Amino acid sequence: MSEKILMKGNEAIGEAAVVAGCRHYFGYPITPQSELIEYMAKRLPQVDGVFLQAESEVAAINMVYGAASAGCRVMTSSSSPGISLKQEGISYIAGSQLPCVIVNVQRGGPGLGSIQPGQADYFQATKGGGHGDYRNIVLAPNSVQEMADITIEAFDLADKWRNAVMILGDGALGQMMEPVEFKESSSKPVEKSWAATGRRGRAKPNIVNSLYLQPDLMEKHNHVLQEKYAKIQAEETRWEALNTEDAEVIVVAYGITSRIAMTAINKARANGVKVGLFRPISLWPFPSQPLAELAKTAKAFVVFEMSAGQMVEDVRLAVNGAKPVSFHGRTGGMLPTPKELYEKIISVANGEGGK
Amino acid sequence: MAERTFGRPEALLDVPTHYCPGCHHGIIHRLVAEVIDELKVIDRTIGVASVGCSALAYDYFNVDMVQAPHGRAPAVATGVKRVHPDGVVFTYQGDGDIAAIGTAEIVHAAARGERITTIFVNNAIYGMTGGQMAPTSLVNQVTTTSPYGRKQDSAGMPIRLSEMLATLDGAKYLARVAVNNPANMAKAKAAIKKAFEIQIAGLGFSMVEVLSTCPTNWGMSAIESGTWMEKNMMPYYPLGTFRSGEEVAK
Ligand SMILES: Cc1ncc(C[n+]2csc(CCOP(=O)(O)OP(=O)(O)O)c2C)c(N)n1
Repeated sequence: MSEKILMKGNEAIGEAAVVAGCRHYFGYPITPQSELIEYMAKRLPQVDGVFLQAESEVAAINMVYGAASAGCRVMTSSSSPGISLKQEGISYIAGSQLPCVIVNVQRGGPGLGSIQPGQADYFQATKGGGHGDYRNIVLAPNSVQEMADITIEAFDLADKWRNAVMILGDGALGQMMEPVEFKESSSKPVEKSWAATGRRGRAKPNIVNSLYLQPDLMEKHNHVLQEKYAKIQAEETRWEALNTEDAEVIVVAYGITSRIAMTAINKARANGVKVGLFRPISLWPFPSQPLAELAKTAKAFVVFEMSAGQMVEDVRLAVNGAKPVSFHGRTGGMLPTPKELYEKIISVANGEGGK
Repeated sequence: MAERTFGRPEALLDVPTHYCPGCHHGIIHRLVAEVIDELKVIDRTIGVASVGCSALAYDYFNVDMVQAPHGRAPAVATGVKRVHPDGVVFTYQGDGDIAAIGTAEIVHAAARGERITTIFVNNAIYGMTGGQMAPTSLVNQVTTTSPYGRKQDSAGMPIRLSEMLATLDGAKYLARVAVNNPANMAKAKAAIKKAFEIQIAGLGFSMVEVLSTCPTNWGMSAIESGTWMEKNMMPYYPLGTFRSGEEVAK
């Protein structure tokens, strides 16, 4: 502890989960997240935990559903195609209000896609993904250290809100090595009086369920969920703003793209362009309010993503037409170069590119 | 004063069920509850309800329950059991749930020797959704999605799940029973009890397949459906034990 070690992002998530008291992991191998399932296979037995390689992502998420129902801290991880398979289970987890942590180390899509980094699962992660009106808390780290810190926080948030927390990474963050420090954590599992543990002296059975055959009761349950989501929006929005105070151009980017953007921003700053970075850390709840504030001072926004344009829709909703919002994206597993982002910043600063 | 010799098991809540007249789900619920009582495990039992007519089983059993997605009960039960290894965990699933959409989950739970018990209610039809063809529907059986009868050349032969799982070493006890008369009910209860005992002894996976009627969707009276089951289901789905769990001999 308290000493920096060199680790891959995928492994850092695994160690951080152990630090957070997670002793149950269920997963299925897929590139580029396999280091995480392999880390858990090695690490959990050392702390008397349970590692289980499921027969599919469908089974893995349902094992998570069962373990979370039974009251423990539990995690699963996958990459894009596998996360698609988990969606039914995630919807049940939302309906039953179960805490758990789900990691998506995104790759290029659609379909079997590529195995290189992508950010094209933003819609799936933040707008539902599965059926019904529900929200996952979605956190997007941009360094190996932040992957560790956010993972620990994710378990606390999941327990606090009885909600799934998705860590939205990508193949670059998962695979790259950086120094990381695991600080002593006060994070620990909380008492869960609602869990299906066996009655063990309790007078009434606990039931974990998302079925409400009477529509009026189903609607009532939806109101409970929506009230919870409103509170999460009010309390758990996270972002980082760098050099935005005097900025005329605001770059909006998350995850690995924000790192590449920072290189381009520094170069533009050196050349006299007033440009800053706004980095959403919670993708849901999306930091709309602080973006709307920036729209009062900035002249233009430009959104960089490794997708054909997904988060840009949330940025446009936040800016609400007050200033032009342009977009530059790469897809399929291609990382943008600092050079192309720099050129886009310059063209936006020159008033080109408009909407 | 007369001694009380018959009453509601403690593991069954005193509420009316939604099951149709002549359906066997109610009898099977009762047998499971009696076994939970007799083994004195009500306090550490966790049931997993599935999707089908028994989706609401959590309203009937007086134990902690989790409601699972369609077919996924064995995976959900795996998660529960791995958190509470001293718990007694059972799934309660229909034939569509277990032998169609959930085939992978049951096969792998059995293969792992997961220490859970599955109660598999085989009524040869999708009851809850209104009588569609199940993987267990018999050849020539008329259902709403096999209106001309199940055709072998397009739908294949019905799946005998107990026999299929018997090839897996992790499955320590597998039996097919029926509850169509008192003698069979007694045998069914003994099988369910044995299955729970295998789990409690930590030996591996156990499953009891219970043949059941579905008078509503078979389009018959309760009495006719009993006869139909004997004539059509029992020859294709012979009652018996496919893995005996002899290693837990008393
Ligand atoms: C993913 C999914 N697909 C389909 C359904 C619809 N559905 C509900 S119950 C059921 C069939 C259940 O039949 P069976 O397992 O044989 O149980 P029974 O109702 O006969 O007791 C189906 C297809 C569903 N709820 N979820």
